[in-house]
Amino acid sequence: MFKQLKTITGGLMALCMPVAAMMAATNTAKAADPTEVRIMWYSDGNEGDVMRDLLDRFEKQNPDIKVMLDRVPYKTVVEQLPALLDSGQGPDLARVTDLGGLSRHYLDLRPHLKNAKYFDDNFASSLPWFRPATGNKDGIYGVMSQLALTLPLVNTTLFQQAGIPLPGPKATWDDWAKASKAVADKVKAPYPMAFDRSGHRISGMSISMGGKFIDGDKPALVDAGFKSGMKNLVDWHANGTMSKALWGSVGGTTYRGATEEFANAQVVFYMSGTWQFTQFAKTVAKNFEWQAVANPCGPAACTGMPGGAALVPIKATKNPQAVARVVEYFASEPVYEEYHARTLFLPAHAGLAKKGINYVTDDANVKKSLAIAVEQVAQTSPIAFKFQGYEHNRILFNAMISRVNQAISGEMSLDDAYTRMQADIVEGFAAKGIKLQ
Amino acid sequence: MSLIRALTSTRDQRSMHITDWLTYGFLLLGVVLMFGPALWLAASSLKTKSALQEFPPSFLPMGQKEIKLADKPDGLPVYLVPNGAGQSVELALQRRIGLIGLFIDPAKPEADPVRAKMDEVKPVRELTVAWDNYAEPLRRFRFDRFLGNSLFVTIVSTVLTLLVNSMCAFALSKYSFRGRDAMFVFILSTLMVPISVILIPAFLVVTSLGLTNSLWGVILPPIATPTGVFLLRQYMLTIPDELIDAARMDGASEWRVYWRIIMPLAMPALAVLGIFSVMWRWNDFLWPLIVLSREESFTLQLGLATFQGELDTQWHYLLAMTMMTLAPVVIVFTLLQRHITTGIASTGLK
Amino acid sequence: MTHHAPDQDSRTLSAHFARGFGLAYTGLMRALEPPFAAIQKRVGIKGMAYVFVAPNMIIFSVFVALPMILNIWYALTGSNRLMIGERPFVGLDNFSALLDCKDYLDVNSCKQDRFWRAVHNSVLFVALQVTAMVALSLVTALILNGKLRARGFFRAVFFFPVLLSPVVVALIWKWILQRDGLLNALLLSSGGERVAFLHDASWSFFWTVFVSVWAHMGFYALILLAGLQAIPADLYEAAEMDGTPKWRVFWRITVPLLLPTLLVVVILSLIRAVQAFDEIYVLTGGGPGTATQFIVQYIYETAFANQVHLLGLAAAASLLVAVVLMVLTLLQLRISYHGKTS
Repeated sequence: MFKQLKTITGGLMALCMPVAAMMAATNTAKAADPTEVRIMWYSDGNEGDVMRDLLDRFEKQNPDIKVMLDRVPYKTVVEQLPALLDSGQGPDLARVTDLGGLSRHYLDLRPHLKNAKYFDDNFASSLPWFRPATGNKDGIYGVMSQLALTLPLVNTTLFQQAGIPLPGPKATWDDWAKASKAVADKVKAPYPMAFDRSGHRISGMSISMGGKFIDGDKPALVDAGFKSGMKNLVDWHANGTMSKALWGSVGGTTYRGATEEFANAQVVFYMSGTWQFTQFAKTVAKNFEWQAVANPCGPAACTGMPGGAALVPIKATKNPQAVARVVEYFASEPVYEEYHARTLFLPAHAGLAKKGINYVTDDANVKKSLAIAVEQVAQTSPIAFKFQGYEHNRILFNAMISRVNQAISGEMSLDDAYTRMQADIVEGFAAKGIKLQ
Repeated sequence: MSLIRALTSTRDQRSMHITDWLTYGFLLLGVVLMFGPALWLAASSLKTKSALQEFPPSFLPMGQKEIKLADKPDGLPVYLVPNGAGQSVELALQRRIGLIGLFIDPAKPEADPVRAKMDEVKPVRELTVAWDNYAEPLRRFRFDRFLGNSLFVTIVSTVLTLLVNSMCAFALSKYSFRGRDAMFVFILSTLMVPISVILIPAFLVVTSLGLTNSLWGVILPPIATPTGVFLLRQYMLTIPDELIDAARMDGASEWRVYWRIIMPLAMPALAVLGIFSVMWRWNDFLWPLIVLSREESFTLQLGLATFQGELDTQWHYLLAMTMMTLAPVVIVFTLLQRHITTGIASTGLK
Repeated sequence: MTHHAPDQDSRTLSAHFARGFGLAYTGLMRALEPPFAAIQKRVGIKGMAYVFVAPNMIIFSVFVALPMILNIWYALTGSNRLMIGERPFVGLDNFSALLDCKDYLDVNSCKQDRFWRAVHNSVLFVALQVTAMVALSLVTALILNGKLRARGFFRAVFFFPVLLSPVVVALIWKWILQRDGLLNALLLSSGGERVAFLHDASWSFFWTVFVSVWAHMGFYALILLAGLQAIPADLYEAAEMDGTPKWRVFWRITVPLLLPTLLVVVILSLIRAVQAFDEIYVLTGGGPGTATQFIVQYIYETAFANQVHLLGLAAAASLLVAVVLMVLTLLQLRISYHGKTS
């Protein structure tokens, strides 16, 4: 009988052990003396590792602050973070891409910074992007963790094989479309032109064609310029300059890149952006030569769209001082420079942009492309900057990408798509309590 | 065994060739279709990032041969270069200028590079196994922590699901009490409503109970699954009431009736629900995504998703860690496979 | 639970596992006996019914029923705010927006065309997927029930995809189906033409059905297999002695005795088909256009994914769907219940 009891308790203990161990483990994490700062961080490549590395150094210099870097899926940032913030929870800092849409939850760091002027001097062009409409006019609501610019990447080897010269820096969209198609036909590449399936990518072209996007603080999406941009997309899909295999294989607002196709030398002209450099250094290596080129021109401009991700402080934080110290450390010139050198991102820092960053790479294609990218930032249209800083730009991005796609797949005419885009925008603004019309 | 025979389940020993072929043809197709992709997944988890993106895809983790030269940090890709005498030699590509490549002979790195047209050379391919896909993320990916969390969530919630659902099903099937039918209909009516459509209000409830970032916030909400109650109740209806009456006659308490008589007899249905529950919980992504935001409380599926960024996904790491995630369930199911089928079959599910 | 362990592998690891589990089970249940006995003393045998129902009903009410009720409030309010207090009341606006159609058969005439496209797609998907799922898992179960060489291996093979997570399922098939994927590589190497598996609307729809059947069929086959094995062998022996033709045996013995199990499979697969979301979302994202956008995805995207967060509209859509589903469920159970008693 006693023996039996022993087995029973043994079995029970075995069952409970993992439970007890887990409970103990969750409890110990709470007992920490230094101030804790939590950062919600998603990664496309190695930036999470680089950041953790830099933060380890920060913790050594500042033993009173412990920084927890929660490396989360991008989906967490898009889908969970807004809900967390609305319910008054959330991390102390977060790396976000919907800069304007979440801005009502950001904290103005100006009163907590030791040297606010440094931010004014170096981040002037991006600071307005995360300033909420109702916030302080000179507030510092975050710092970019990655400046991105949309621009085309071109497989120059395919051009050489076809014996067709690369269109020059002032070439139009039409020139590039024709040249890409000619090259692809000659070398039998299946994708003359490819665009990432994203509102950002097609906005640059539309601005170049004369699109205005906003009028004061009201959206003004569908105008003649925008229409000729969209018509390009539909025509190119119809005449085979763009392939339905890319955009056609997904729906809604789903992102679809063409990185694999580009790395396999199937794409002649790839409208993507600066963030691709790192991975092509790895996946293309020496298989062919490629480079970024200047954004093609339209009647109004030759511009890409700026964008990217920012590290923003959250209003609900209990330790604004500590948060400010983390941000100040990250934004300080040597740290910011090292971060960008190791991630191959473009800096949103005027001083560094002027000085130039010594990127950690010996890939000739990447080096050439980075130089062009820095040049292109300077050429970006003010409309593009303004639209990137527009609080409600996501509503417009979503409307255009999902509806133009329906027009491309033949579910509706382009005119119907415009009507639907406008209806979507009205609906999106209504959800934010703004009545249009 | 022939298809007809299989269909009729007789133990006839006469052979029928065509149907034999059909049966094994079906099984073979099954193996290729059901198992092939999984094998491919396993092989792909050992491919380098660039090999993963290759068109057309290869089955084995092949990659271009690389040679490391003393003065260069990175390896140089190796090509078969025609040497003009009708033969080809293996040379390493040092630089490429347009359509021309500059090649070095790895045996004589000091010699002048050889020029060759890139469309006349052929890359040398060899088996390239990227063990780093496993080693690298294990170094920084908190696999042990995520595994612990996943195990905890899966085990605790499966045990609780079985317990709570079977208690409820027992009462609904073996007692008559006021409100019984109303309760059953109430539960049933939500049978088909997926949790994904009530994510926001469910998140609100979990938040106001202070369960965000707690594993209990992941465990508790889906416990009272209508599917489980329904399944168990239907099964328990087939257990004869006489057994219960006899036990009561012997002075057994209701709890004793439940765990000594009902539960063992409901084993098959419990096994089905158990498998369901383990699979749901182990692979659950949407609900943990909404509840958990701190790395130390992440489950494996959330941990895996951290390799998915906005614009790029680290497929090579994601696949390798997927294989690691798959291992525990595969082991458990292989070990328990016979018990599951015999367990379910011993009385049959009705 | 130990009683079911076959004697012959009493020495294997799995048997030890089952034994340990059995001991833990007995220990836990014994430990719970005194408190429940005490409760029984107070409430009586009849009262125990409520005690047994309580834990499930409490969890169910808090985490399922309460959110559904909250959902009604969301559906009646506007704005993208999450907190209930911050949401302005809009009455039935969300519902009328959803139901605003000039012609219900022409989705393009609807204000919320995406919702109606999703409804159309879902109805077709459920019909096709459930039929295919039940038919294929039945055939598989029948074959696996025969006397086969390496039966254990084959059973494991068909069950294997069930273990994969939706993301992995979608990923595997994306690689197989994309323009330069495995299937097209096979077609090209055998002299065929490349097929647009994922960007042709009909093909894409077919593959969503195929992939979801592929991923879950093993589970239903397992249940049906168990049902087949539960049919007493002597029934077949008697039929054989009488010289009954095999097709007759199948229709007269196998089918009627398997019917209850089959019913469970139909209901479970119907539930899963209606809820189908994860793997399809990752595989096609609803495309091309909106060809594979299903109702759960519509609700999910409207509420979360597209960063605009139309929570009210999503809640209204989910309520409409829930009501339809509830009616269908009860109707179906009623029919099957009558079928069983008659």
